[in-house]
Amino acid sequence: MSETTVPKTITLVITLLRRLFIKMGVLPFLIILAAIIFTSLSDNFFSIRNILNVTRQTTYLIIVSMGQMLALLTGGFDLSVGTIIAVSSVVGATAMAAMTVTFPGSVALAIFVGILAGLLAGLSIGAINGIGVSVFNVNPFMMTLGMASVGFGIALYLTGGVPVYGMPEQYSNIFGFGMFLGIPTPVLVTAILAVMMIILLNRTRIGRYFYAIGGNIKASSLSGINTRLNLFLAYLFCSGLATVSGLLLTARLETGEANIGASMPLESIAACVIGGVSLRGGVGRVENVILGAFFIGLLQNGMNLAKIESYLQTVVIGLLLIFAVITDQFRQYLIAKSQD
Amino acid sequence: MPKSRNQTRSGPPLLKLEGICKQFPGVLALDSVDFDLREGEVHVLFGENGAGKSTLINIVAGSLRPTSGKIIYRGEETCFSNVYNARKIGISAVFQEFSLVPQLTVTQNLFLGVEKTKRGLLDQKSMNIQASEILKKLGFQLNPAVKISYLTRAEQQMVEIAKAFSSELSVLILDEPTASLTERETQRLFELIEQAKSQGVGIIYITHRMGEINRISDRITVLRDGKFITNLETGSVSDVNLVELMSGRVIEKIFPKILYNPGKTILNINHLTTDSNSVRNASIEVKKGEIVGMAGLVGSGKSKIMRACFGIEAFQRGEIYFDGLPIKKITPSRMMKHGIFYVPPDRRVEGLLMMRSVRENMSLSALAIPRLSRASFFLKSQQEKEMVHDLAAKMQLSPPKIERLVGHFSGGNQQKVMLAKVLTREIKLFIFDEPTVGVDVGTRAAIYEFIRDLCEAGAAIVLISSDLPEILHLTNRAYVFYRGRIQAELKGDEITEKNVLLNFFEQDAT
Repeated sequence: MSETTVPKTITLVITLLRRLFIKMGVLPFLIILAAIIFTSLSDNFFSIRNILNVTRQTTYLIIVSMGQMLALLTGGFDLSVGTIIAVSSVVGATAMAAMTVTFPGSVALAIFVGILAGLLAGLSIGAINGIGVSVFNVNPFMMTLGMASVGFGIALYLTGGVPVYGMPEQYSNIFGFGMFLGIPTPVLVTAILAVMMIILLNRTRIGRYFYAIGGNIKASSLSGINTRLNLFLAYLFCSGLATVSGLLLTARLETGEANIGASMPLESIAACVIGGVSLRGGVGRVENVILGAFFIGLLQNGMNLAKIESYLQTVVIGLLLIFAVITDQFRQYLIAKSQD
Repeated sequence: MPKSRNQTRSGPPLLKLEGICKQFPGVLALDSVDFDLREGEVHVLFGENGAGKSTLINIVAGSLRPTSGKIIYRGEETCFSNVYNARKIGISAVFQEFSLVPQLTVTQNLFLGVEKTKRGLLDQKSMNIQASEILKKLGFQLNPAVKISYLTRAEQQMVEIAKAFSSELSVLILDEPTASLTERETQRLFELIEQAKSQGVGIIYITHRMGEINRISDRITVLRDGKFITNLETGSVSDVNLVELMSGRVIEKIFPKILYNPGKTILNINHLTTDSNSVRNASIEVKKGEIVGMAGLVGSGKSKIMRACFGIEAFQRGEIYFDGLPIKKITPSRMMKHGIFYVPPDRRVEGLLMMRSVRENMSLSALAIPRLSRASFFLKSQQEKEMVHDLAAKMQLSPPKIERLVGHFSGGNQQKVMLAKVLTREIKLFIFDEPTVGVDVGTRAAIYEFIRDLCEAGAAIVLISSDLPEILHLTNRAYVFYRGRIQAELKGDEITEKNVLLNFFEQDAT
């Protein structure tokens, strides 16, 4: 009797796993696998403190990845997210430092002006990207690569390559290390942005149009959608999210720096792809992208604890990215086969 | 008579297909089809769009593999793993979608994959000479050094044919090769076919033109909905019977009876000339309650004029009046607001988001209207679902799963999704561009009824079609286009096959 039940439960498990794979992609399996491996390698890995730590550290990548996702959904890229972070960090910090010197008494004003200046700087790069892609039909790859170079150059030029000091302490205390209702401020900001993104993509016309444009831009245009405006908005929103990430990172580091965010383009695209966003556009879910970014953070943390060299870590992330694309193609094949 | 010659050749078949099945996601494209080809015969594959002809020739040419079934070539069971292997044993195909690289020259395309080399380097000189010889032998006046992208469609067709003829041939597949050729070029092609026949080449020929079937074919295999229907000697049945075999029903029954009730003029296009000169100085008018046909060959401007009127083709001169008012800024979204909807011919390229659900596709054009969104921003999901449910039921979508990805439906059902989009908004003028391309007979009849219902409800309809019977049976007025100009306007009883065809071709040559 036991001989017949064993294969039965095995087939049942396989069917369940298959369904999970079709629905969620490879990500849940990767997270479980990583958790098992790192727990066995390091005692500290699977502790509440460490997991909270990972969450806080990953917030910056999660925010950027959500922005990157918008560009990917419309069938493009944004390779300038790293530069946007750098520019907003440098401009925001410089403005804050200058305000603190000019009006030493009003800290709140300095912080406000600094954030505003950082936002404007970051959004302007996104706006240029958007205009280039939507009005002049520049390939998103070239447009954002070009702007990445321009922005990085400007950030270095403004600072001379030296970190910007002189921000009011309170900025870091609130946005870098602060807690609100027991939750670290960056985590709270990320949570709010995540909710806004979920609403934007699932409940609003703009969100639906992002998917439609990435799905088939000609069909979208024939359906009466203003494709130019919406493409522009995708890059603008993307830069907005990257800027927020840059300003939060500046608060955490307590300086404005031109070379932060260099790894962001690769990591954010990796997070999206591992989270099941199609590079051809039109497909992807915010929840999975957040999970994808979290997984990358988890991986880096685990490898740090396991004392894997940072150079080798880059190798692992690159390989995983390729692996994710391959498994996603297999998943598409299964979906087509299951015909649902 | 070529017939008698053919009978002497009826030995063992050159190529034999037995019980070929091909399953695509959601569709069984071929259902146990048998087919055989003898040496030195022209064997016509006859069937409607979506009957499985293309799938079958793709299997023979090696670009698709059958799900099950046997391919027997010269008495041996074979399996073509790719086009290259099929080519090596002499099976060449000329498809409707060209397999030419536009950035390369004619010579480079002719030798693509079979380049000649000399000491490891490309032997440009001898390839150029040989290419000229091939073109000369075939009687095509083409410069072998010109890049493909500079050639017209007809010239590209000639290169494609030359490519097939340039290698050793035993089976030649021609998929509507005359669609873009002039009468003289067609004549030349038929001579080449005769020549190839006399050398024992078996030719599989796909065409929709009855005239060509009678002119060059020896046998006909009829396919319908992926199934083998019959195999006939040419001339053993009448054209009418053949069409009935193809469509599986008596012709009159596919086309519904339509009560036209022409009323007020709703659209006027005056003296329109497009930027690319694909339409020149054309004027049309469309009234409520009528179906206006746009007939003509591919590239005659019959589609471009309506695309210009919907804002997707730029025009240099001309005026458009809708509902008596001149329209100035023309974009798809503005025209839709005025009440015009254009349904494009190619659902894959311009019509649908294949990786999104039926729901998102159907509602896409209507998200801005108050019924589906609050302040034109926040979507009303419940209303959207209800609307799409109703539309799916009305269109008899099968299966009626509105969350399923459009790409996983059959061609006919995809077409229904695209057509359903027009019902999501208040539309006064519907433009259907080749609405029945690639759909099965059942869906075709449903689409005709759909168009009839719209017309009888008082809407104005423009039907752009390359399918002559559609123009003949569905329209009460038709414009015939030739090279960008309107060659004729036919009304009511004047719309006959003879009258339309007469205007398809050159008249102003003298």
